[in-house]
Amino acid sequence: MKITKLSDFFVTGDPLIYGADVAIGLTMVAIVVALTAFKRWGWLWREWLTTVDHKRIGIMYVIASLLMLFRGGVDALLMRTQLALPDSMEFLKPDHYNDIFTTHGVIMILFMAMPLMFGLFNLTVPLQIGARDVAFPLLNSLSFWLFFMGAMLFNVSFVIGGSPEAGWLAYPPLSEKMFSPGVGQDFYIWGIQISGIGSLMTGINFIVTILKMRAPGMKLMKMPMFTWSVLSSCLTIILAFPILTVTLALLFIDRYFGAHFFTLDMGGNPMMYINLIWMWGHPEVYIVVLPAFGIFSEIVATFSKKRLFGYGSMVFALMSISIFSFFTWAHHFFTMGSGANVNAFFAVTTMIIAIPTGVKIFNWLFTMYKGKITFELPMLWTMAFIPCFIVGGMTGVMLSVAPADFQFHNSYFLIAHFHQVLIGGVVFGYFAGLYYWWPKVFGFKLNDKLGKWAFWLWNIGFYVCFMPQYVLGLMGMTRRVSSYSWDTGWWSWNFVSTIGGFLMGIGFLFQVWQILHSIKFMERVKGDPWGGRTLEWSIPSPAPFYNFAITPKVEGRDDWWRRKELAAKGVQDPPPKYEPIHMPKNSGTPIVMSLFWFILGFGFVFDWLWLIVPGAIGIAATMLYHSFNYDTDYYVTVDEIKKTEAKAGRVV
Amino acid sequence: MANVAANHSSHDHDHGHDGHHDLEALRTMGFWIFIITDCIIFGTLFATYAVLMNSTAGGPTGAELFEMPGVIAETFILLTSSFTSGLAVLSMNRGDKKGLIGWLIVTALLGASFITLEVTEFLKMIDEGAKISTSAFLSAFYTLVGTHGIHVSIGLIWMIALMLQVAKRGITPVTKRKIGNISLYWHFLDVVWIFVFTIVYMMGVR
Repeated sequence: MKITKLSDFFVTGDPLIYGADVAIGLTMVAIVVALTAFKRWGWLWREWLTTVDHKRIGIMYVIASLLMLFRGGVDALLMRTQLALPDSMEFLKPDHYNDIFTTHGVIMILFMAMPLMFGLFNLTVPLQIGARDVAFPLLNSLSFWLFFMGAMLFNVSFVIGGSPEAGWLAYPPLSEKMFSPGVGQDFYIWGIQISGIGSLMTGINFIVTILKMRAPGMKLMKMPMFTWSVLSSCLTIILAFPILTVTLALLFIDRYFGAHFFTLDMGGNPMMYINLIWMWGHPEVYIVVLPAFGIFSEIVATFSKKRLFGYGSMVFALMSISIFSFFTWAHHFFTMGSGANVNAFFAVTTMIIAIPTGVKIFNWLFTMYKGKITFELPMLWTMAFIPCFIVGGMTGVMLSVAPADFQFHNSYFLIAHFHQVLIGGVVFGYFAGLYYWWPKVFGFKLNDKLGKWAFWLWNIGFYVCFMPQYVLGLMGMTRRVSSYSWDTGWWSWNFVSTIGGFLMGIGFLFQVWQILHSIKFMERVKGDPWGGRTLEWSIPSPAPFYNFAITPKVEGRDDWWRRKELAAKGVQDPPPKYEPIHMPKNSGTPIVMSLFWFILGFGFVFDWLWLIVPGAIGIAATMLYHSFNYDTDYYVTVDEIKKTEAKAGRVV
Repeated sequence: MANVAANHSSHDHDHGHDGHHDLEALRTMGFWIFIITDCIIFGTLFATYAVLMNSTAGGPTGAELFEMPGVIAETFILLTSSFTSGLAVLSMNRGDKKGLIGWLIVTALLGASFITLEVTEFLKMIDEGAKISTSAFLSAFYTLVGTHGIHVSIGLIWMIALMLQVAKRGITPVTKRKIGNISLYWHFLDVVWIFVFTIVYMMGVR
């Protein structure tokens, strides 16, 4: 798009936008002032921005994703506010409503769920398998910064250029130049493309980490269940994300070079896009939910003081879901005329997934059976997940019945279903994981009382918000409407639903309060506050930067639990014999390269060659710089290990 | 520091007996997985091409546009370059630095002539009015074949960078792994080209 006046560049005309402008400006000023006043620029650069330590990268992922949860949540509340009162209210104009449901979907899936998941991978997996780091620490940092720059590029569309408004999957022909002539759709393409490259690299990184860097003795069938779930999720990532890369690239080529992949004229085929995007999109929902299944497995075993029931069937369930997820994509368009046989095939494959999922639910229940259950926050979230996910799963099976889907398609029934599995499964799961591993990462537990407030607000809010939407769907309310007339009879249900949305928002505020409160009044914990079973609890909390002073030798499943039992019988570990540890050096290459990606993306969005060229050259130059740099690692001396271990209160 | 890494991987190949890992083996494995993802990228592009290959919208068809002598020449050049990259690896395994760099230069020159021929072919087609915006078939054609061409071009830059590194540092475990990976990449592009040749050109001129 050619920019002729300033108002083409900055979004104007809406008080909400001006409010956001002011908020963004003030936040940026505050950050700069604070960093300067406390002389923290050097610290920020050396300790965080250039770090290759998986634990710190994990923390940065979590912070960024919680910010995105806030943004996506505000989007949701804006929509619910608009829907609470129909007709008379023009709180959001239809165009603005389109912007908001598009960004809500994109942000929640790609810039909230994915990074929160990667954060948990990073915080946990190397510690669980007894490794010093991931296989490619520098690539790991690059993955984070690509996600971050992609997310920022997408978010900036709100105040610069204009947001995308063709829905979270940008179906053509609506997302083509003809119907979306502005830059919003280009922000969408480049924001997701840049962060998607990062996701793909994380997938590769963790597969190699898990397959190659496990502690000696940890056979595949002795791995902790979360690690298994990460492996299944990453396998799905490396098979699904390249399809997304190509799909978005083709849409970009259509928009930028006037090609005709998905246009209505000159032989283009919009249905191709729908197929391609769902070949990525359906596996994507399993990518985000599989790790949550792993988290629940860890938590249920720990807080029931029992080993996980049905380990083998759990592994089988995870792996079969990651395979079957690739044979279900067409259930997203049962109504688009594929024919009865195609619909039947995809209906059956979709229903099949309910079987391994059901197996898992029973495994968790049997793990709890006769266990000594303690109701700490992680366990509460796990127990809230089970009924929520069962209902969500059942409505999923209802949707997968192709003939019935002709009734449910694109209605609020569908909206309620996928929010139920994504909030009840993914969000509850990641919250449970965050509460569970929080003391591992930071060395203190989060305040229990505030956490329980948040827990109940989220849970009650959830049902109040989404149960009415099932009803609305059956009454015929379709998605993506910004208003409706009074005579539909939908008002009361919508109003109740909005109340539920705000309850969840208050729940989120309680969590923010909980974190801030706990930082101020924290109580330090030792290495193993929950009575954990897996290796990450065998070292101090927070873990030293090299993780394990001595690489553990694994003999069984839940190896830390086994060692604790041996210790209780009086079997002592031999005194540790330290050796120098090989560690990667920090590097500024990832953040610099990602900045150039941002510049390139911004240049393509506005078709500014003077930005595209330096962006592309910068990417190539940093890549070559990295290729020529052989000075990438160092050794930690035995003295330093002894000092660090002694400080953490360990026998040296 | 290269020495540190070199010594390191030579003295503990055994997986993790002191908690260290053979970094070069890890990196090679990561590269193999990257190749898998690249396979899926090309697979998706081939699928797109297959769906759109007859959507010429009244524009020129493959049978009218493709000139087989040039394409066959490209094919032979690329296949030969794959062979010479194999010779480069054989030289490397003998510890012959000069032979390694020499064969890499031959490979790069063959790759560069492949790209030159391809670009010439594209320019000629565009000159005849067959642009990326002419029809869905041509959109799919330029994107699929062009993506392969971009891969070859990136490989060329990478190969030149590696020649400089080998010249400077000699044959070390690190440069060995890097050469092994680019050789893998180069063979992979060759395999992809065989599919391009078959599905795009041979089926196109039928």
